[in-house]
Amino acid sequence: MSDNTGISGKKNKIIESRDLVKKFGDFEAVKGVSFSVFQGECFGLLGPNGAGKTSIVKMIYGFSPITSGEMQVFGEDISARARAIKTRIGVVPQEDNLDPELSVWDNLMVYAGYFRIKREQARERAGQVLDLMELTEKADTAVNDLSGGMKRRLTLGRALINEPELLILDEPTTGLDPYARHLLWQRLRRLKEAGTTMLLTTHYLEEAEQLCDRLLILDRGEILEEGSPADLVEIHVGREVLELGIGYEEIASLTEGAGDLVKDYHVLGDNVLLFTNRGQALSDLVAGNAEKMSITLFYRRLRPSNLEDVFLKLTGKTLEDIPQGPEGY
Amino acid sequence: MARTAQLLKGVATLPDISWPLVGRVFYRNFKVFMKTWKANIMFNFVEPVLYLWAMGFGLGVYVSKINGLSYIEFLAPGLIASSAMFSTCYEMTYDSFTRMNYHKTFHAMAATPVSMDDVLMGEIIYGTFKGMLYGTVFFMITFLFGLVKSPLALFVPVPLFLLTLCFSILCLIWVSIAPNYDFFGYFFTLFVSPMFLLSGIFFPVENLPAGIRFLPWLTPLYHAVEIIRPLVLGQVTGAVLVHLGWLAAFVALTLRLPLVMVKNRLVQ
Ligand SMILES: Nc1ncnc2c1ncn2[C@@H]1O[C@H](COP(=O)(O)OP(=O)(O)O)[C@@H](O)[C@H]1O
Ligand SMILES: [Mg+2]
Repeated sequence: MSDNTGISGKKNKIIESRDLVKKFGDFEAVKGVSFSVFQGECFGLLGPNGAGKTSIVKMIYGFSPITSGEMQVFGEDISARARAIKTRIGVVPQEDNLDPELSVWDNLMVYAGYFRIKREQARERAGQVLDLMELTEKADTAVNDLSGGMKRRLTLGRALINEPELLILDEPTTGLDPYARHLLWQRLRRLKEAGTTMLLTTHYLEEAEQLCDRLLILDRGEILEEGSPADLVEIHVGREVLELGIGYEEIASLTEGAGDLVKDYHVLGDNVLLFTNRGQALSDLVAGNAEKMSITLFYRRLRPSNLEDVFLKLTGKTLEDIPQGPEGY
Repeated sequence: MARTAQLLKGVATLPDISWPLVGRVFYRNFKVFMKTWKANIMFNFVEPVLYLWAMGFGLGVYVSKINGLSYIEFLAPGLIASSAMFSTCYEMTYDSFTRMNYHKTFHAMAATPVSMDDVLMGEIIYGTFKGMLYGTVFFMITFLFGLVKSPLALFVPVPLFLLTLCFSILCLIWVSIAPNYDFFGYFFTLFVSPMFLLSGIFFPVENLPAGIRFLPWLTPLYHAVEIIRPLVLGQVTGAVLVHLGWLAAFVALTLRLPLVMVKNRLVQ
């Protein structure tokens, strides 16, 4: 939070969540989560299945009652002002809930009706949305006959019908093939450039990296970390990762003399990941050590680090408690 | 017990209703209906017409007059009520459940300015509309068979409205506790079919064994039949007002229930 205080004075807070808790019976799905989303940014909730992303999202748009804590959207309390707030947001839910019997066009028009948009204006808006989503040719097709990617694009388009100031996307690309995913990302980037504030949940680290300015890493209803993707990578794992096909018992000997070249390490399946800021130097040193000790390196790969590594480091186990071996992740 | 309390939470509060948005919810269902009615209409009509034909013309030949009426004259007004009831019941059980659980239509609408109360009120009105529509069309059929005897029959939509409203409410209450589609089988077998057989459509309820003669009085269908038959035959008495009052009171007392129960099921 502290890294935002500099801009919070200037930028509008669109979402402010304080000590947000969600319980289902005795089970606490969200355990006191606080964050703010500022105007114009794309904010990510990143976490594995069951982390509590959907639970948080449903509280933001007032679907699910808040157990305790506070949720303000556009500066107003969601539980008191849901109707007014919902006119200003667009929601792309995790599960498609289009009207399957209706045509693409009718889906948009019917949905526009829920916002009491005048018919003329709704037509104009629906036309623009179809254009943006490249679905114009499909206007008369029944939703049942669309591909998964097209349905997702229509769901996104539908969420834009009221020109929302805040767009909420709950795992917008889960289940799509890579091509459809990239197509959707392009659209989201365009919306972001146009200044739409976005809150996006995902369990794809690549997606968070591609789209989010800032993000929370969530696990089991708790915040593990918060920051920009680049900062998180820099802080937790350094710039590069050296992947080695060795057992964890060989790490010590192979990294002998590496000193602070190795920022951290992690066992992933049959590989060991060494996190570093100076990849080439470390790679050379490891190769030298291996040769000296006549250890065969079956696999050695140097690559830029990414959020996935951060995630692994934050949620995965450390080297010491991996006696079970490969299932460490 | 805890589960019942959870389902009924908020029953004493006022619903959050915006009537224009209730209209949009209705319109959404109506729009789908316009796409599919041709395929479904047979399903809803064949059965009552078959009853009219088989019971009225077939069985009726062997039945001496009931209350001074030929059997088909006695039967037809009751079938107007039951065809409306069945149409509402199919729509508000299987189809509402599909919208709620599989198409997630209620969720989609609740993410817009539409409130959950708007959604459910729109559903109730749609179920009522559909029952009234099918009831009215069956009324036309009885008219074409020459079985409508009085211009008072023009008031038939009034009891049809109350009847189908009652059943929209009852069905949605059932939806709120239904774990799956099979559950609706019980609804039809345990409630709807016995009601159909024992509510004075096929024979006067006075013919029931004394011990269970009160049962029809507890059902909306019986009261609707007791209003529709006098209207169609032109034999209206003051008793009609009692039956209307019963139906109106039922609606007034139960309307809040499906709104809270379905909402409490969906919103957790
Ligand atoms: N209606 C519910 N009743 C009980 N538990 C729930 C309900 N919805 C979600 N949960 C539980 O809450 C946790 C968080 O779920 P969810 O918010 O859907 O996570 P995510 O979207 O990150 O996958 C999970 O353990 C899930 O099983
Ligand atoms: Mg989720």
